[in-house]
Amino acid sequence: MPRAFRSTSLLGVSLLSASVLGVGLLTGCVANDPAATHTAFTVDSSQTACAVSANEAPAGSIRFTVTNSGDQVTEFYLLAADGKRIVGEAENIGPGLSRDLVVQLDAGSYFTACKPGMSGDGVGKAEFTATKTDAAATLNVDLAAQIDTANSNYASYVSDQIDQLVTGTDTFAAAYLAGDFGAARSFYAPTRVHWERVETIAESFGDLDPKLDLREADLEEGQDWTGWHAIEKDLWPADAEAGFEAYSTQKRAALTGLLVADTATLHEKVQGLNFTLSQQTNGAIGLLDEVATGKVTGEEEIWSHTDLWDFQANVDGAQKLYDGVRPILLQTDADLAASLDGEFAALQTMLDAQRVGDGFTLYTDLDPGAIRALADQVNALGEPLNRLTAALVL
Amino acid sequence: MTHGVTGSKRAESADLAVPARGLSRRGLLGLAGASVAGIGMGVAGDRAALAASATPEMASGSAEYPFYGRHQAGIVTPAQDRLHFAAFDVSAGTTRAELIELLQDWTIAAASMSAGRDVGEYGAVSGPYDSPPEDTGEAQGLPTAGLTITFGFGPTLFETADGVDRFGLVRRRPAELTSLPHFPGDDLDVGRSDGDLCIQACSNDPQVAVHAIRNLSRIAFGRAALRWSQLGFGRTSSTSTSQATPRNLFGFKDGTANIKAEEPDVVTAQVWVSAADGPAWLAGGSYLVARRIRMTIETWDRSILSEQEAVFGRTKGAGAPLSGGTEFSEPDFALAGRADQPLIGAAAHVRLAHPAQNNGTKLLRRGYNFVDGNDELGRLEAGLFFISFQRSPAQFAAVQLNLAKHDALNEYIRHVGSALFAVPAGTPEGSYVGAPLFA
Repeated sequence: MPRAFRSTSLLGVSLLSASVLGVGLLTGCVANDPAATHTAFTVDSSQTACAVSANEAPAGSIRFTVTNSGDQVTEFYLLAADGKRIVGEAENIGPGLSRDLVVQLDAGSYFTACKPGMSGDGVGKAEFTATKTDAAATLNVDLAAQIDTANSNYASYVSDQIDQLVTGTDTFAAAYLAGDFGAARSFYAPTRVHWERVETIAESFGDLDPKLDLREADLEEGQDWTGWHAIEKDLWPADAEAGFEAYSTQKRAALTGLLVADTATLHEKVQGLNFTLSQQTNGAIGLLDEVATGKVTGEEEIWSHTDLWDFQANVDGAQKLYDGVRPILLQTDADLAASLDGEFAALQTMLDAQRVGDGFTLYTDLDPGAIRALADQVNALGEPLNRLTAALVL
Repeated sequence: MTHGVTGSKRAESADLAVPARGLSRRGLLGLAGASVAGIGMGVAGDRAALAASATPEMASGSAEYPFYGRHQAGIVTPAQDRLHFAAFDVSAGTTRAELIELLQDWTIAAASMSAGRDVGEYGAVSGPYDSPPEDTGEAQGLPTAGLTITFGFGPTLFETADGVDRFGLVRRRPAELTSLPHFPGDDLDVGRSDGDLCIQACSNDPQVAVHAIRNLSRIAFGRAALRWSQLGFGRTSSTSTSQATPRNLFGFKDGTANIKAEEPDVVTAQVWVSAADGPAWLAGGSYLVARRIRMTIETWDRSILSEQEAVFGRTKGAGAPLSGGTEFSEPDFALAGRADQPLIGAAAHVRLAHPAQNNGTKLLRRGYNFVDGNDELGRLEAGLFFISFQRSPAQFAAVQLNLAKHDALNEYIRHVGSALFAVPAGTPEGSYVGAPLFA
């Protein structure tokens, strides 16, 4: 269970809205690199004007600090030479606020413009030139086609995982209802893997996630507890509180009925989804955050202790998302790609070391050193992974 | 000037024949009973006098708040920079009379330290050479640094979890002084929760705050023992309009919209228990909620700036609401941006915590940042030690339920400790803290 819904949830409003069409002109921007130098400009977006402090800069990293001096919400656009294609934008700037737009510009002609009120043609459209430098490289690849490919591949992956989740859930529910607890326990973790691989998608359907994946600690007083973890406790009551009673047949029937029905609803909802580039990269980040927050601490599966199954599944999902955008990253920031390749591989090696048969060591059987090593490697992967969105989208 | 409540015992500690092992419990009682007039000028106990010449301190260092008064200090007092908070359990076998005696001793020691004096008649270094010093001594030469010491009574003081009324107080227990409800996501550690008694010591100097808790714990030995304690640095709320808004460990300004001391009507309506609220002994007091909120700052630090701002609903730099303006601009929750989505999202912290979303409810927040080393996974054991004062615990429960269910911040925090205390009104000189409860 995710602890809450990311505001960047994949199907929500994308916070990073830079148009993917702009990517062609933009390369990775690593703001923290102390060696990096960027040119800084200010933009005063008023009701009637869009005053940029200069109209020329050397190609490379450029930062526009946009201040909204008007009384409406405004946007700032950096447009390509055709005056239409969006290279970079800062949106949703409230009156009186400032926001930075950092872009990586190749040499060429651009336009700057503001859009107070967020509609109409905007104001203050003016030419902006990035002058040629030795350092600035030019990309010449069909990124739009690669992004389309990544998108459709990921949509198929999500759909396939949920298909398998539906099948697995039916089998699990039947065994549990029939009282075959041994079989139900053996189906539990392998079925949940399909949920965990696409967890950030599943959690974006606000009401389904708590119905299916709520942990007992996440309940509020008086709230009904349904979903996987409610059944988990009945199947693995060893660590339950004193006085815990096995569920009645009626309760088991009700829980499995809801589980199957809610999973079917999820199946309907994931058909025909589309993902922008930033939704894909932020999805990978979200999955790794799930690992860091719940799985590496053993809090997700507190009765069955099958946390490493979920851990692997979250990593699978993140790897899938990364693999989809990797061809683009190789062209925008090959160093970052190399770093991510290495960290993903290192994490997988550590997980493989915990494999037992078809599954994994139970969380409670892991020695503290192994848990610590896994946590450290999640951090090691997390840092470069969190630069991915910027490297691709900015 | 302070008058010794247990003055008759002073003679015992004044006796130089105190056993070499140190001050007995009786002795400690005696030292607490020392008349301030007796200490006078020139006696080692007057730290403030030493400090005035020794340290050209900033204004915060020389601040001094009287212990005695209508309300306890440390609530509407401008929030100091440092905290040492301690919860105590009354020791088994302690009688009602001994509990009262403890509160009397604590009162005198707290008043003394709040005035910049050492604890005891002889203080840290002027006592019998063959006795352990009455005061532990690490605050010598330090200014008062705005020290306030605030006492509270937990639900279990009135009735233990298994229903024992140890001190004849059960009938005086406020109906609202029960355990807080379980909130979604609560992951509470009993060892960091609850307690029979609490002491909040706040100061602009961490050593002064620690000195206070250390000496009060020492005085309590045999009658009450530490259950848990928490150090805090970097106040996370301003409680006066004269204070700049500080930042929490997420890097955001926190407490911009807090209740301020300069709003007496709001303080009266939201913070102080009125005589009509009942019980009578708590009139002029308040309820203190403490929550140890662990932040998973490693995950937070990897989240993108736009998400961080969206989670709070404010800009990270200036602290202005995303709807525009400056830090103190009122958020416009309706103002929409792209795709008609509100600039301050439905799950943004500033929206959910705002009085407009909570039937006008406000809390006087007085929390502190903490970093207690790191956990076994190499993550900083960091977070916010949330403290709020309110007229009724229901105020906190309503706001917290709203936050626990919806707040985007929940992805990055978990509540790991919780406690509720009734904070009695201020103490008149010559009396002791909470005296009306035992009247």
